[in-house]
Amino acid sequence: MSDPRTDTLPPSGAPVRLWHLAFRSRNLVIGLALTLVFVIGALLSFLWTPYDITGLDIANKIKPPSARNLLGTDHFGRDILSMIMVGARTSIAVAVVAVGIGMVFGVPLGLWAAARKGSLLDEVIMRANDLVFAFPSLLIAILITAIFGPSAVNAIIAIGIFNIPVFARLTRSGALSLWQRDFILAARVAGKNSARISVEHILPNVTNLLIVQGTIQFSLGILAEAGLSYVGLGAQPPTPSWGRMLAESQTMISFAPHMALFPGLAILLTVLGLNLMGDGLRDLFDPKLQRSRT
Amino acid sequence: MLRYTLTRLLSLAISLIVASVVIFLAIEILPGDPAAFMLGVNAQEDTLNALRDQLGLNGSLWERYASWVGGMLSGDFGTSYTYRTPVAEMIGERLWISLPLALYALALSTLIAFPAGIWAASKRGSAVDVTVMGVTQLGVAIPNFWFAMLMVVVFAINLRWFSAGGFPGWDEGFWISIKSLTLPAIALALPQASILARVMRSALLDTLSEDFVRTARAKGLSRRQALRRHALRNALIPVLTIIGLQFSFLLAGGIIIENVFYLPGLGRLIFQAISARDLIVVESVVMLLVFAVVIVNFAVEIAYALVDPRLRHRR
Amino acid sequence: MTHMLKTTSLASVLALTASMAVAQQTDLTIGLQLEPPHLDPTSAAAGAIDSVLYANVFEGLTRFGPDGSVGPGLATSWEISEDGLTYTFTLAEGVKFHDGTTFDAEDVKFSLDRARAEDSANAQKALFAGISEVTVVDPQTVEVTLSAPDGNFLFNLAWGDAVIVAPESIENIKTTPIGTGAFMFDNWVQGDRIDLVRNEEYWGAPAYLDSATFKFISDPTAAFAAMMAEDLDAFYAFPAPENLPQFDADPRFKVIVGSTEGETILAMNNKMPPFDDVRVREAVAHAINRQEIIDGALFGYGSPIGTHFAPHHPDYVDLTDISDYDPEKSKALLEEAGIETPIQVKMTLPPPSYARRGGEIIAAQLRQVGIEPQIENVEWAQWLETTFRGKDYGLTIVSHTEPLDINIYARPDYYFQYDNPDFQALMEKVAVESDPEARSEMFKTAQTTIAEDYVNAYLMQLPLLTVAKTGLMGLWPNAPTQATDLTGVTWEE
Repeated sequence: MSDPRTDTLPPSGAPVRLWHLAFRSRNLVIGLALTLVFVIGALLSFLWTPYDITGLDIANKIKPPSARNLLGTDHFGRDILSMIMVGARTSIAVAVVAVGIGMVFGVPLGLWAAARKGSLLDEVIMRANDLVFAFPSLLIAILITAIFGPSAVNAIIAIGIFNIPVFARLTRSGALSLWQRDFILAARVAGKNSARISVEHILPNVTNLLIVQGTIQFSLGILAEAGLSYVGLGAQPPTPSWGRMLAESQTMISFAPHMALFPGLAILLTVLGLNLMGDGLRDLFDPKLQRSRT
Repeated sequence: MLRYTLTRLLSLAISLIVASVVIFLAIEILPGDPAAFMLGVNAQEDTLNALRDQLGLNGSLWERYASWVGGMLSGDFGTSYTYRTPVAEMIGERLWISLPLALYALALSTLIAFPAGIWAASKRGSAVDVTVMGVTQLGVAIPNFWFAMLMVVVFAINLRWFSAGGFPGWDEGFWISIKSLTLPAIALALPQASILARVMRSALLDTLSEDFVRTARAKGLSRRQALRRHALRNALIPVLTIIGLQFSFLLAGGIIIENVFYLPGLGRLIFQAISARDLIVVESVVMLLVFAVVIVNFAVEIAYALVDPRLRHRR
Repeated sequence: MTHMLKTTSLASVLALTASMAVAQQTDLTIGLQLEPPHLDPTSAAAGAIDSVLYANVFEGLTRFGPDGSVGPGLATSWEISEDGLTYTFTLAEGVKFHDGTTFDAEDVKFSLDRARAEDSANAQKALFAGISEVTVVDPQTVEVTLSAPDGNFLFNLAWGDAVIVAPESIENIKTTPIGTGAFMFDNWVQGDRIDLVRNEEYWGAPAYLDSATFKFISDPTAAFAAMMAEDLDAFYAFPAPENLPQFDADPRFKVIVGSTEGETILAMNNKMPPFDDVRVREAVAHAINRQEIIDGALFGYGSPIGTHFAPHHPDYVDLTDISDYDPEKSKALLEEAGIETPIQVKMTLPPPSYARRGGEIIAAQLRQVGIEPQIENVEWAQWLETTFRGKDYGLTIVSHTEPLDINIYARPDYYFQYDNPDFQALMEKVAVESDPEARSEMFKTAQTTIAEDYVNAYLMQLPLLTVAKTGLMGLWPNAPTQATDLTGVTWEE
């Protein structure tokens, strides 16, 4: 409230103003730019990469960055820039689907629980959420991939499961405060049942919350995927992934630091971009609540 | 209050039972036979069976579940398949590394986060604030195993200030042990400190804008005084909640870091146990961690309810 | 002049103290990648147990030397009867176990009978299958009767699984191993290290080192860092060949390049299409560029092999030309076999880096000829269950580290499912043959047979790479068996 930047800003309203505001939010601009770089890189890799990464070129292995290979080559002589571009695909796909799983299951559960606040159903849903939270997530991810074999799909499931309670809780708490509001009461008086109210009135009003949280879970998903594939449990070769690139470069870090530096930076910058974007979006949707992500 | 506590206890018990079933079944479908792993490629079928009998792997599903849970209830966590030592003993030994490491990381993170958060909040919008916020953004985004790798290269291989990893054991001396936990603790603490500093800052800013602080300021307290006398205490509640959460995370979350620094802690034990199919160890450690988190949550809820009676009726 | 004298003497004093400081080192901290699950070499397959205890703590009747030859151990001499069925061992005198109990023929009988018993948990029970009776003649003499002559019997007794243990200490052997060796077990910090101390009462030549610590570091990066930080004096079987040039360039360290018994092969499932067709297997063999795998996966260390036999063995035949790199021939063979390319096959890869990296390189090479391996990285436990026992795989990479193990090709139910009656007959003959000439010929025929049948694609002999501080002497350069024999290790003055 006392922030000079937000205090002087006009209240948000018309789309044009929103746009204007967006560009005045440094976080949002930087975050969006960083994120776009990697998304575009990932999309571009479907059509073109500087070099083909399916063929190996052992004779040309572990070359430092040069005009030929901008980020150098890895231990099989593959171009690291190309690997990072294709790897972005894996990271983004895993994280996006994992967030999707969290939303698809978590949001309806949260809405349902809020609509039946205080009932046994609410209790069961929330307790189940707590229980999922109580499991050490990385350990469970490791167990899941040990059971079903390491693959990108299983990494998605392992990460996605832990997104469900996040969205369920968020949706529930957002919805609970809405249920107290007058317009919901009006809808009730008009004879709408709680399921319809949830979908027609509650859901649209928690969308902002969900987008902000989705961005944050997206960035956590990127980190989680990197961690899992770092310990060998993510996408399998020859599909490149950032975490595995880091794992493979680890023994060579002392004489070929470029191999560890660039994939690590890719993770760092993507996560940073998404976090900044999340913060920026939060400011945008709710300037009064300009608080930092917890 | 009694009713509230009883319902909470009931759901706690149900949670634990559900968790134990889930864990047991997950371990059950885990492919890989512990006996085959231990005896290797030249083992004969009769030898394998003899070993399976010794390990108690030949009983029915229900029998094994009952004996596992029954054992745990009486404090017996079973005997490790591979090490042939009591699991409880192994966990105890590993806890002596994981627990101090988690505490160390937590202490570091708190020591960094408190001043940073307070400073940033007290100079909101200034260069200090922007810097703290920027650094914490990086701290949250950096993959901690990568940060650990970089630290090993710089501080262990190049500067040789620290050993690259390993743990000498507490009987070799307190400071030597602390030193060997320092790099891992920093790697673990960095993201936690960043999160905590941000929470600290925003909690302070929230309370600063609340009426009673405004009143205090109107009475002539300076911003800094208001911060110190009123805002800080009220901001502590969300901060302490986060610290509590972080602690249980740190205890189990050190797996990767323990691997980078080859510390024989709880995380590495479970990782090794999974790959060696030492299932009884996996089951018991996961169950123990879940138990710890559930109990902590329970304690926190009861404490909140004692402080704030309204909570008893919410949810 | 006086001044100069002073400086020289000062310098020499400094030099003297420096060299004394070096000469005074009588302990050793040596890194190993794998930690033993427990400490009983007679009831587990884990090579890590032998890596710590073989020859150091436990001894057998016979033992392997650094060159793989079999020599006397606790049995100082033996006589073999005319018919090759009875072995009479004369045992060393004055031998005591580390707990003070006396070693005699009863212990030998106990150990061998325990290993071949019905409920034995010995991972290499087959080594003892030929024994029909063990008889104690007197405390210093033991007689072993076989049911059929066995040319390998003395070799079998040298294995870590055949070491002599005592009935008095067997109860706690898994945590407190009591043997007869030059080192005694002292302490085990699980997850970290095992400490040994010199056995002052040792019956043979005493060890130079007064204590030794085995430190277990599974992560290659951590191993590198620990060596570089001088936390370790040596690392036996260093897991990351890519780091060796750095150690080589550093005057503090030396790199010892030796050989293991590990024939590293791309195993093919001989009963599963398309690999049930010898032409497809031959196509795979010709599609593989061994040098590229050695360069890419092992950074140039390791020597190519053309059959399942160690190149350092005197009977080795170089058969790499039978499966030379010729992708065009591969394509032709696949076409001849009527294979529609691209064809997808399942390739499981166990954890070691030779398999994971080698697998990626091989997959890329096979794709060039139209075979598309679907890589599945698995842990050992899973590999054993699904690939080795379940035989649910098309291709896999593994290193067979047992010495002289070509006889696995005589087991039709072995995971690559090679079923050739002629080969099986040959192995039966070689098992009972004791004439060295004849044995040598048979081994050569065996090598050629499996190479020409393209049972598997033979890649390379796994190197043994050891990094040590410059002054450390006496480590075995090669690994004829899983062992880190420290009895002859010294520090150079």
